[in-house]
Amino acid sequence: MRDQFQEIFSTLSHNKLRTTLTGLSVSWGIFILIILLGAGNGLKNGVMENFEERAVNRVTLRTGNTSLPFKGLKSGRNLQFVDKELEVIKNEVAESNLITPQSGNNQTISFGSEFGSYPIRGVMPDYSHIEKLQIKPGDGRFINILDINNENKIIVIDKKIEETLFKDKSAIGKYVKVGQLMYKVVGINTKKEGWGGPIAYIPFSTYQSIYNPSKKFNRIIFTVEGLETKEENEIFNESLRKDIASSMSFDADDKQALYINNSQEDYIETQKIFGGITLFVAIIGVFTLIAGIVGVSNIMLVSVKERTREIGIRKAIGAPPMSILKTIVLESILITAIFGYIGMLAGIGITEAANFMLEQAAAAQVAGEGPQMSVFKNPTVNLEYVLISTLILIASGVIAGYMPAYKAVKVKPIEAMRKE
Amino acid sequence: MIKLNKINKSYHTEAISLHVLKDIDLEIDEGEYVSIMGASGSGKSTLLNILGILDNYDSGNYYLNGSLIKNLSEKKAALYRNEMIGFVFQSFNLIHFKNALENVALPLYYKKVSRKRRNIIAMEHLDQMGLKEWAHHLPNELSGGQKQRVAIARAMISNPKIILADEPTGALDSKTSKEVIKVLSDLNRTGITTIIVTHEQAVADTTKRIINLKDGRIASSQINRAL
Repeated sequence: MRDQFQEIFSTLSHNKLRTTLTGLSVSWGIFILIILLGAGNGLKNGVMENFEERAVNRVTLRTGNTSLPFKGLKSGRNLQFVDKELEVIKNEVAESNLITPQSGNNQTISFGSEFGSYPIRGVMPDYSHIEKLQIKPGDGRFINILDINNENKIIVIDKKIEETLFKDKSAIGKYVKVGQLMYKVVGINTKKEGWGGPIAYIPFSTYQSIYNPSKKFNRIIFTVEGLETKEENEIFNESLRKDIASSMSFDADDKQALYINNSQEDYIETQKIFGGITLFVAIIGVFTLIAGIVGVSNIMLVSVKERTREIGIRKAIGAPPMSILKTIVLESILITAIFGYIGMLAGIGITEAANFMLEQAAAAQVAGEGPQMSVFKNPTVNLEYVLISTLILIASGVIAGYMPAYKAVKVKPIEAMRKE
Repeated sequence: MIKLNKINKSYHTEAISLHVLKDIDLEIDEGEYVSIMGASGSGKSTLLNILGILDNYDSGNYYLNGSLIKNLSEKKAALYRNEMIGFVFQSFNLIHFKNALENVALPLYYKKVSRKRRNIIAMEHLDQMGLKEWAHHLPNELSGGQKQRVAIARAMISNPKIILADEPTGALDSKTSKEVIKVLSDLNRTGITTIIVTHEQAVADTTKRIINLKDGRIASSQINRAL
């Protein structure tokens, strides 16, 4: 084996320029493939992450004003949820899982001489899971069912609020003033909120008692399970609208009475788009690679042609056809593998460098103000891609080398040696 | 050693069909020193190619060392060539990017002899040819006579039963021709069957039997009484 490689190296090094030029086309092919896949991945990771900041299978219901009359009721009624609708979703919508109502307004929160105006939301314990709030170990807890049952005056505040009101000290266990009432801080949320900045959360029951004596509210968020396709989601949306319409007495065709935002539907759609983009990118990359392979094959053909005489001599002195075939194919594999690896390393180098810069930018963004929104994230290729690429390279070498090798095997020693 | 039985060979091209060898019957015993002569087109090179298993024949039988050589697979043919036959060509046919030593050692590479061992053996053979000092020179740094001696060393390295030489002196001047012929006859004296294709009477006269080919038939086969 080692002998064979020495034999091949001596031939390849004899034709350095040609070998290099040929190899570069393969390097370029793999390089482009890696860069394109990396860019595709980056776009996908970026957009998908923006989805995954919250539960993906999330349905948000918001009440509006009726635009159609219904059973003698005028149009233009302002609708509000009551607890009954929560029961309808829990009991009649089989796919529903986690659920929380939501009410909210703006309040001034103060501690000592520090204060600020923040949105206050009354929610149930499930809210934390649906919105994927982050309460780190040592940062307390979220609202629990006891808080709901006892209408506890506790509050979970944003890290930013803690920084503003408490400076460097911990807020856990301290009492803050919200409007005119005192709340005990039980948890700190470090998840960066989307649009609208830092938010404070209190138990839904507490909120309703204090700010909403009518017990009405205009937003329900819940998660659904078992809906896989866009079609299933569309059917689900329709039947959900009917259930709520009959519970709240409005026309099921009245789109303005109830707004349904099904993020699962969007997620599936986006996933499909990215599936398409990845495929597209892979196809472009593969064709670039094929161009490289054709280049190698072409050059190997020329090389076989040039070496007809040498091959003839080798055959005359007893080289079996298999040995000739193996030599040419191995030469081809060696060229594609070595130069392919150079291209692959260059591609990985570039994508990793891009990733590093993006991470630096993201870190800077986290420190600064504003929501964290990036279209690109982690534009790198997985190890499996690298392994697959290696296999592709070797396969490419075999494919590129086979035709020329076959020609070489067909060379008749007498004719080869007659040529001068 | 060699037995040809009614060998026929034709070349077919689009325009013409050429019957090159016609019912050739020939026997060459082990250790013989034979020259094949004939005008160009008489079929002598074709005969040599068939003897060297470089080409197929259309009909008849060819026995080499007792085995029938007919419609062999490429692999089998390569094996026989490697083990039984050493070639010496008019144009030397050395591989131009390999030095003398590597060229001589090449047949052993296909016999899967280790690099170290085959280089030692190759050096011995070069030494016999008086070319030890030239072992690491490329073919284009050698004279014609030296090149042919390297080629003979290469032919000898796998201990063949037969040496087939196709116009071995065709590209050499008369002085180096004599040297090369001497090397070949010395080899023959060690017991190797030696067959030389030539059109030079002077070369043929050094061999023990002279076979004349004419229009694809053996015109005469004479023992060289002069020796």
